[in-house]
Amino acid sequence: MSDAGPILEVKDLRVHYGAIEALRGISLEVSDGQVVALIGANGAGKTTTLRAVSRMLRPSGGQVRFRGEDVTRLPSHAVVARGMAHAPEGRGIFLNLSVRENLDLGAYLRRDRAGIASDVERAYTLFPILAERRAQVAGTLSGGEQQMLAVARAMMSRPKLMLLDEPSLGLAPQVVERIFGVLREVNASGVALLLVEQNAHKALQLAHRAYVLETGTVVMQGTGRELLASPEVRKAYLGE
Amino acid sequence: MTEFFQHLVNGVSVGTIYALIALGYTMVYGVLKLINFAHGDVYMVGAFSGYYLGTVGGGGQPSFIRAAYITLGAMIVCGLLGYVIERFAYRPLRDQARLTSLITAIGVSFLLEYGFQLTPWFREPVPFPPGPSPRFFPTLLDFGPAPSLEFLGVTVPKIDALGLVLALALMLLLQHIVYRTRFGTAMRAVSFDPQVAGLMGIPVNRIISMTFVLGSALAAAAGIINASSRPKIEPLFGLMSGLKAFVAAVLGGIGNVPGAMAGGLLLGVTEEYVAGYTSSSYRDAIAFAVLILVLLLRPEGLFGRATVEKV
Repeated sequence: MSDAGPILEVKDLRVHYGAIEALRGISLEVSDGQVVALIGANGAGKTTTLRAVSRMLRPSGGQVRFRGEDVTRLPSHAVVARGMAHAPEGRGIFLNLSVRENLDLGAYLRRDRAGIASDVERAYTLFPILAERRAQVAGTLSGGEQQMLAVARAMMSRPKLMLLDEPSLGLAPQVVERIFGVLREVNASGVALLLVEQNAHKALQLAHRAYVLETGTVVMQGTGRELLASPEVRKAYLGE
Repeated sequence: MTEFFQHLVNGVSVGTIYALIALGYTMVYGVLKLINFAHGDVYMVGAFSGYYLGTVGGGGQPSFIRAAYITLGAMIVCGLLGYVIERFAYRPLRDQARLTSLITAIGVSFLLEYGFQLTPWFREPVPFPPGPSPRFFPTLLDFGPAPSLEFLGVTVPKIDALGLVLALALMLLLQHIVYRTRFGTAMRAVSFDPQVAGLMGIPVNRIISMTFVLGSALAAAAGIINASSRPKIEPLFGLMSGLKAFVAAVLGGIGNVPGAMAGGLLLGVTEEYVAGYTSSSYRDAIAFAVLILVLLLRPEGLFGRATVEKV
């Protein structure tokens, strides 16, 4: 295990959608600077976990501690202000705004114009296609371009922790490589990642730790390497 | 030909009033997907705020400073009113079915219309509520012996010309706020997806409050501009203008800011021409005929984008 303390601690997190219990007491930890992956079948509760952590939805029980502070009851804009970024399921791009406006919104809470401008330039360097399309309305971007924008936008707040929901979903292999390459770089710069991925193989390769979710509970956990080697995981999620 | 231009000028003058009110409808719809049917009554309250500000303390002589004070004062009063309406009537129902808010909006509308018709609770310094009988809006500006401009046979009262300039300036200012400022970008983000807007660190509730404040202040300005030219005001006069402004917003594409401006102007001019060349008894029917046509032929409005309602 890493010697750094946890940046995110989730304890016994529960979420109900009406009468349905979507999360039945999830506990997990992300250490500072780590990559943690959540894998599991559709409906296991991966997206719900991310949404409850960033307070896009209200948990019905349990606790979320971020950087040592209980953020379970804060509104999501306040959670984000404490150094979390969430690139949500379906990318969450503002299709009515331009590429540049989307990036600027990622830096909504920052006031350092010069720093923002240099981060926009960095995003354009990482994803040159976004530079070409900067003045275009985001609704005109392809799926892959929108995903790049989602990752670039999440980086704009200079977060300590990034939540990423299916960054590779529906994308061409080269685009997936590009995005995972950037995520690796982002992590190398000290940002912790909590990653939900249907591409379990890719996720486990990148992850220091991973949790396997099934019907709203954690059924297995370990280092990425351990889970990659586990026969159950190989059979259920790696298609072997 | 002179008649044609005279109608055009009159139509634009009325149209800017519709446009200013329509902006409030469209912005609130943008962020909340709510038709705020109380908005026409906020316009009425705007005119009454100006009336009270102008009559308290005996009035004073018409002057630019007084006109500016009354206009800004009414905008502030209505901005606060808009804030209060959102905070206490709509926000507690935000998570309920949309129909609940819509019915509440009609309730707020009745509250303002009939609340203002009550017998006054007190008479000093001014009677409030004003009660049902019409009152006369004070003269804000005195243009002396030549109160109208004339060119090519078209007569334009100077107060109307000034109102038109003010309305256009406010629309340009709003356009700038919505498309060129951080607040405006946040507002457009909230209108697209409030949850994801929250993830950007945008305080969604504050943006929604500010949207009501802005829309209500514009309605107040419309109330003042209208009452300066047509000074008879009574508690129900916001009803028809409000409904017509709503038609204007739908015509332009509800949720679309430039659309509301264009829709208001277009509706004002259409109304004026039809009333002018046929009979003025058709005036009020025009707006609703337009609404029916838009809903039948182009429900997304002239500038709106077609969206599929998700089931």
